[in-house]
Amino acid sequence: MSTLRLLLVGTLLHAKQISRSPFEVAIALVVPVVQATLAVYLFRSGGEQHRLLEAAVGAGVMGVWSSVLFGSGGAIQNQRWQGTLEMIMMAPRRPALVILPITIATGITGTYALLATLAWGRLLYGIRLDFAHPVAFVVAAVVCVVGLGMFGLLLAATFVLMRNANALANTLEYPVWLVSGMLVPITVLPAWTVPVAAILPTTWGARALREATSGGPVWPSVALCLGISLICLLVGFLVMGRVERRARAAATLALA
Amino acid sequence: MGSDYAIEADDLRRTYRARTGWLKPTRTEVEAVRGVTFEVGRGELFGLLGPNGAGKTTTIKMLNTLLIPTSGTARVGGFDVVKQTKQVRRRIGYVFGGDRGLYDRLSALDNLRYFAELYGVAPREQKRRIAELLDLVGLAGRERERVEGYSRGMRQRLHIARGLLHSPDVLFLDEPSIGVDPVAARELRRTVGDLAATGTTVLLTTHYMAEADELCDRIAVISDGCIQALGTPAELRKHADGFRVVEVEAYGVPDTAVDTLRGLPGVRETAVEVKGALQLLTVHSDAHVDVQGDVLRELAGIRLGRVNSREPTLEDAYVAIVSAA
Repeated sequence: MSTLRLLLVGTLLHAKQISRSPFEVAIALVVPVVQATLAVYLFRSGGEQHRLLEAAVGAGVMGVWSSVLFGSGGAIQNQRWQGTLEMIMMAPRRPALVILPITIATGITGTYALLATLAWGRLLYGIRLDFAHPVAFVVAAVVCVVGLGMFGLLLAATFVLMRNANALANTLEYPVWLVSGMLVPITVLPAWTVPVAAILPTTWGARALREATSGGPVWPSVALCLGISLICLLVGFLVMGRVERRARAAATLALA
Repeated sequence: MGSDYAIEADDLRRTYRARTGWLKPTRTEVEAVRGVTFEVGRGELFGLLGPNGAGKTTTIKMLNTLLIPTSGTARVGGFDVVKQTKQVRRRIGYVFGGDRGLYDRLSALDNLRYFAELYGVAPREQKRRIAELLDLVGLAGRERERVEGYSRGMRQRLHIARGLLHSPDVLFLDEPSIGVDPVAARELRRTVGDLAATGTTVLLTTHYMAEADELCDRIAVISDGCIQALGTPAELRKHADGFRVVEVEAYGVPDTAVDTLRGLPGVRETAVEVKGALQLLTVHSDAHVDVQGDVLRELAGIRLGRVNSREPTLEDAYVAIVSAA
């Protein structure tokens, strides 16, 4: 009960802290317009007018991924800058329980990117929001956001250890967009990317949303996204304990 | 607590290793703490004094589990800081000076609620405890304002409230009065004194001698990563026994004149503190040698202000200890 309360209070407060950042708010306003535009022009030029909604959904998932990636990395780095990383890590709790609310909060704030991309697509480009399976779409979106939050815990473990976490976050953004098939179908990518894509929760989350949008077997993809995310959560829990110890040995919890 | 002592440090050492550059990496090592040993009794208010870079914060961070010692052992409340981290963390609070360490975009109440959850304060206890602490630190009525609008003093008081949420047995205060105005600093000293009076063990680091003198039962002077002296303020003052101090306010003293003063018979130490246009020249000498006349003779032709000859204070003792290190 105490653990659930900690997760809930922590998630709410971190979401509040992130959503009050002028930088985060500006990004949240601008990036979805850019992504919606990108998706629309990409698909129009490819002569695939009928798949515009699918494109907007893919662009929205890109936004969720960016939010989790930069949120997890950025939040850990921000906490290091503002001196709170040491304060929360020295609480008598499992390190993963302290970090997980931060990554889930980034997933929740990332939901805005998905919704905003769809809204901008509708407003600016007249994309009709006709989902093949509307209920499945909502479930898939929730699973995708929570799943990415869990994946974020695994990423955050690295960010706790590295003082220059932002550098790693920058290099991971585009490869995961591509490999997960958020915008470009995985089938057009080289064969070696297939196994990489298969183990990423982002691949299955994006596929579930696409299938809910244009029709297809949504639930197996949802189940795979959730399953892989739970494995990430488990591994994240195990790794975070070790990482915290290494960070204390390497003195990386503080700036200097 | 099972142990006789609240804090035990035995030959603590900490080396920081850093690597810079990718193609031709350069490795650097800094030995921040080199074998620190001391004990702090339960309910004692213990001071750790030292110049910048002496190893005070590193020592505190090893004791409060934020850093793993390179070697040596430490126990807090009888629990090993490396092997029994969780038990140690339940029993300690940590407050440091400065602007950092709080969620600026949240209110004081949000900050305290979050840390109350992190420290496992029972939900039905939280409201009462938070209200009690807001009263204690004088932030009642301002708790719903965002921390980013707080003054340095208010932030510092919020830090203290946060550190006390779970009623820790041991409180680590790392330069809590840094940048705080004199009135707020006095309030802070009163709060710290009250905490120690009610049985909380306090380990305090500070640059302010008067603060250490007023508050601490015992003080360890740390310099260059080692403890140079340890004792009650009265015992430490004895390090300046046999000294006499001459203070001269002057304007435009050249370095050469200071060097000449250092060479005068009976002079042990000289120091110059610059306060705007004014230079405060402090000359430590053997008590049986009257150096005032010689000092004034050497400063002939230089515009002087107040000249004062006095008994040494704890600060003079501290300077003598650190200078001898």
